Amino acid sequence: MKVFNSLKAVGLIVAGCLFLAACENPPPEAVQRGYRGVGQELLYNPDALSEAIANNQVPAPQPPIPAGGPKAGDIYENVEVLGDLSVGEFTRLMVAITEWVSPEEGCNYCHVDEGFQYDTKYTKKVARVMIAMTQKANVAWGDHVGGAGVTCYTCHRGQNIPEYVWATDPGRPHPPGVMTAGQNIASVNAAYSSLPNDSFSLYLEGDEEKAKDLPWRVAGRTALPNGNAANVKETEWIYSLMMHFSDSLGVNCTHCHNTRAFYDWEQSSPERVRAWHGIRMVREMNNDYINPTTDWLPDHRKGPLGDPLKVNCATCHQGAYQPLLGANMVNDYPNLAKYTVAAPTTDVGEEAEAAAESEENTEGMTAGN
Amino acid sequence: MIEYQNIFTQVQVDAPDYPGVPIGKDEEHRMGGPIHSWIAGKLGDAQIGPIYLGPSGFMAFLFGGLAFLIIGLNMWASVNWDPIQFIRQLPWLALEPPAPEYGLSIPPLNQGGWWLMAGFFLTAGILLWWWRTFQLARNLGMSNYLAWAFAGAIWLYLVLGFFRPILMGSWSEAVPFGIFPHLDWTAAFSMRYGNLFYNPFHMLSIAFLYGSAVLFAMHGATILAVSRYGGDREIDQITDIGTAGERSMLFWRWCMGFNASMESIHRWAWWFAVLTVITGGIGILLTGTVVENWYLWGVKHGIAPAYPAIDAMPVVDPLMTEATQ
Repeated sequence: MKVFNSLKAVGLIVAGCLFLAACENPPPEAVQRGYRGVGQELLYNPDALSEAIANNQVPAPQPPIPAGGPKAGDIYENVEVLGDLSVGEFTRLMVAITEWVSPEEGCNYCHVDEGFQYDTKYTKKVARVMIAMTQKANVAWGDHVGGAGVTCYTCHRGQNIPEYVWATDPGRPHPPGVMTAGQNIASVNAAYSSLPNDSFSLYLEGDEEKAKDLPWRVAGRTALPNGNAANVKETEWIYSLMMHFSDSLGVNCTHCHNTRAFYDWEQSSPERVRAWHGIRMVREMNNDYINPTTDWLPDHRKGPLGDPLKVNCATCHQGAYQPLLGANMVNDYPNLAKYTVAAPTTDVGEEAEAAAESEENTEGMTAGN
Repeated sequence: MIEYQNIFTQVQVDAPDYPGVPIGKDEEHRMGGPIHSWIAGKLGDAQIGPIYLGPSGFMAFLFGGLAFLIIGLNMWASVNWDPIQFIRQLPWLALEPPAPEYGLSIPPLNQGGWWLMAGFFLTAGILLWWWRTFQLARNLGMSNYLAWAFAGAIWLYLVLGFFRPILMGSWSEAVPFGIFPHLDWTAAFSMRYGNLFYNPFHMLSIAFLYGSAVLFAMHGATILAVSRYGGDREIDQITDIGTAGERSMLFWRWCMGFNASMESIHRWAWWFAVLTVITGGIGILLTGTVVENWYLWGVKHGIAPAYPAIDAMPVVDPLMTEATQ
């Protein structure tokens, strides 16, 4: 009887261990990021990793085209951004973009039957802005995208609208007698925490000067109080943005930070600097490229408050610490990695506005518009 | 032989109705029951009631209920009175304290006024409940260890929601009422003030909290283990130690060289529990008022070691490099 009881006890212990171990099976892989023993490591679930690898395969590049030949701008009418490309290179890029953005609709997603030159469809105008935005990212934001670069496919992945975009959150309906404080609701934006659910409107767009005064660096920089007025509520906003970072990249806090001193750059990983530039890149994309389309973008491509669908970390990263796990597609399309219109010397915002204006002018000659 | 055991055994601790000892003039405050519950008898004593409510108990219930209603209705209203969303989102919902710009003033109801009101009623209810524990112990001729231990917990509660916000000059520094929200607040609080784990009073509080759990388990296991010798009659063993007490104390002396006595183990437990909240309250009270960043405070006082850099290339704050360019 006693033997039976001890057998039972041993069985229970084994079953308990199995039950606990099976809570995460297969066991996560740990990648050491810091000095040994300080717990600065990244945890990856092998199943999720293999899923990520499957989700981040890149399409084969279009076959290369011999160099030379007449320029697209000389042959075709109304080519504003890519006019300097050879006709062959231009066509090759158009085919690629079709595969990346509108594989089902084909050319007619942007172009009309009357002729390729017409700007009848808003999608064609958006495409111009997007190409300029992609070029800017590759040329000017090497601090963030360097090494891999970005193409249309980085975000679009064969869809008209990238899967992960955002628009200003109108808040949830509620009687005027209470407040929601912009938080305390299950929200994917805050990675299902109860933190503020629209940190994007605060941090990822808006005036650059004002952005400097936002609650970014809330933590104290001295041992004793020295007038840092940031409070816990403000901390929750930047915390929410950081939850989005973590969620979008599929990483822990330790990807960038030593969590014993979140604020301290010297104890952070180089990825934190990369992310720092990423914030500024995304803000520029939203401010200078996407928001100026507000006036002519159709309503069904806007959020509930009438602002366009914008970029955040998830738009490109889609759960991977590097979009497409670091695959470099832009090498096959070098025209996306340089300015093919006059390089913006001052402010890209003005240029984008000018481009929008010139597009309005060309609308006059659009047949049937 | 009758064993006073339950939860783990089939024994029902049940007896005929027992009204309790006479307490004189407050007799009429005893109300309800008694009834006998088989389920209650599996867990503890099968008799439920009569309960001593009294004026302080009644008012505590009233104020606590008002706070509960204000918090619950605010949560429900925040999902536009949708009952399904109220249930689904309940762990996320909250009643938030006022925004920082209101300081210590009284904001409009929908800007945190409800939070102040709920906090007032909850505090009033808790303090009345404390007075009730004090009074009941008095009436039963007990000394007041319970009320003072409860006061320790109330100290931590008041530090979080009242004393510290006043010292910081803003109600916004207080904790929201909500399940996830108060947890997210805790994490944000630690990040804002440079990692609470380097706060020595937080360290003490954790040590006492975990210590309380260990002591509780050690004591419970020890007494159960010697109940076959009458060890569960702890009061008898304190005043007139028998083989149960001898064996249990010898066990721990053999085990770790030192043993608490039959009485002192209860003082150990009481102090561990009470110091958890007293030290915790001190740690919170110092945060932001006299210490800005606990990690840097730890570096300053030699409790936070430095480790070699994680990458060959040192990481520099990009704002610093931009400034020098």
